Amino acid sequence: MTGFRVAGGGPVIPNFGHVNACLKHNGWFCTAWVHEHWGDTLQPALIQHIKLTVIAVGIGFVIAFLLALVGFRWRFLHAPIGALSDFLYALPSIALFELLLPVTGITTTTILIPLIAYTLFVLYRNIVAGLDGVSAEVLESARGMGLTRRQTFFKVELPLAVPAIMGGLRVVTVSTISIATVAAFLIHYGLGAPIFDALGQPDIFRTELVAASALAVLLALAADGLLAVLQRALTPWNRVR
Amino acid sequence: MLASLFIDAFRFIPDNAHLLLQKTLELAELSFTALGIAIVIALPLGLWLGHKHRGLFAALGVSSFGRALPSIALIGFFIAWLGVGFWNIEIALVVIGLPPLLTNTYFAVEGVDPDVVEAARGMGLTESQILRKVELPLGLPLIIAGARIAAVFVIATSTVAGIVGGSGLGEIIADQATYGLAGVFAAALCVSAVALLATWLLGFAERAAYRRMAPSA
Repeated sequence: MTGFRVAGGGPVIPNFGHVNACLKHNGWFCTAWVHEHWGDTLQPALIQHIKLTVIAVGIGFVIAFLLALVGFRWRFLHAPIGALSDFLYALPSIALFELLLPVTGITTTTILIPLIAYTLFVLYRNIVAGLDGVSAEVLESARGMGLTRRQTFFKVELPLAVPAIMGGLRVVTVSTISIATVAAFLIHYGLGAPIFDALGQPDIFRTELVAASALAVLLALAADGLLAVLQRALTPWNRVR
Repeated sequence: MLASLFIDAFRFIPDNAHLLLQKTLELAELSFTALGIAIVIALPLGLWLGHKHRGLFAALGVSSFGRALPSIALIGFFIAWLGVGFWNIEIALVVIGLPPLLTNTYFAVEGVDPDVVEAARGMGLTESQILRKVELPLGLPLIIAGARIAAVFVIATSTVAGIVGGSGLGEIIADQATYGLAGVFAAALCVSAVALLATWLLGFAERAAYRRMAPSA
């Protein structure tokens, strides 16, 4: 556990009797606390959270992409894969974390497996929808130009599916950042850790709650914006209009 | 180990049928009340803004901010502010459910072909008639899709509320010490059953609304 707690105030603390009025009244956002604990609480939690998100979305994307190729190529597998990802998505996240805890222990793996499972639901559907959305005329002209099946996939279908795929990635990244905070209920890691620390105080420690939540929101909005920029860069043809 | 967990969970369900049923009903009460309130707020607002083609930026902002807000942070905020209680968690759930409903309603009405609206206006329909008889039926599938997303969000979040003292199946899920892993798993299956049932019913309504709109297709 890191840092100073409001409830633990005693003579050991320097400046005792001189405690920040904002903290004393459990204010919503005491800049003094945020300044003091940025380095030992908030920043490490933010970095851990970014790591979780990048790894979960990265692995989830690879798995969803391979599944989408299978579901796209062999149509009869599409419905079962979709149903399985629906079922995974409907399971509550805390329950999944609790179920994995005895298997994988207090590790980031326990957080990552459910996060990856949740990404599949949206990513799989968006990738297949994107590939399906390529019109028959376009495919016909690709064939007319003498493109092989493989060339058609990589040079026509895949680039045209980029907007749908990137749309899915944006939704998934934002929701992964949100779900990852819940994992701290069991494993003290990421931005959920300060949130649960704050909720665990006898009188909820408002500044820590608001500061950590605000970081999670800002991280999600920044990631969304970054992916929007990447999407524009990947689809230059959409800009000429 | 996982196999025995499955067996234990399926044994837990009949042994604690009464408890699970009661908690499922509590979850349903909590979630569907929130969903109902969110619909009552979002529907008129989204319809009106969409009809006026106003507030595009606000609609987009609400939806991305709503998705970015972690549910535990939101619930924590309302509890820090108002204390634990049915209605305090209810407010947090309404806030979770609003964004998908509001944005979908907005874009459903906003996206109706302007030529169709113009034709209706030319036939002498008043603005409120256009909204009720043209834009609402045409936008209905997308509005119901928004309700489907909101239902899944709200049901998932109501289990998170169990951590901080909310009632319903979340109570069992967040209290592994009392109910054991089998109880947690059994409760999780009940939650997903409610969520899948809600998605399935609303998906059915969505397809029905779509068919009514385009009977030939």
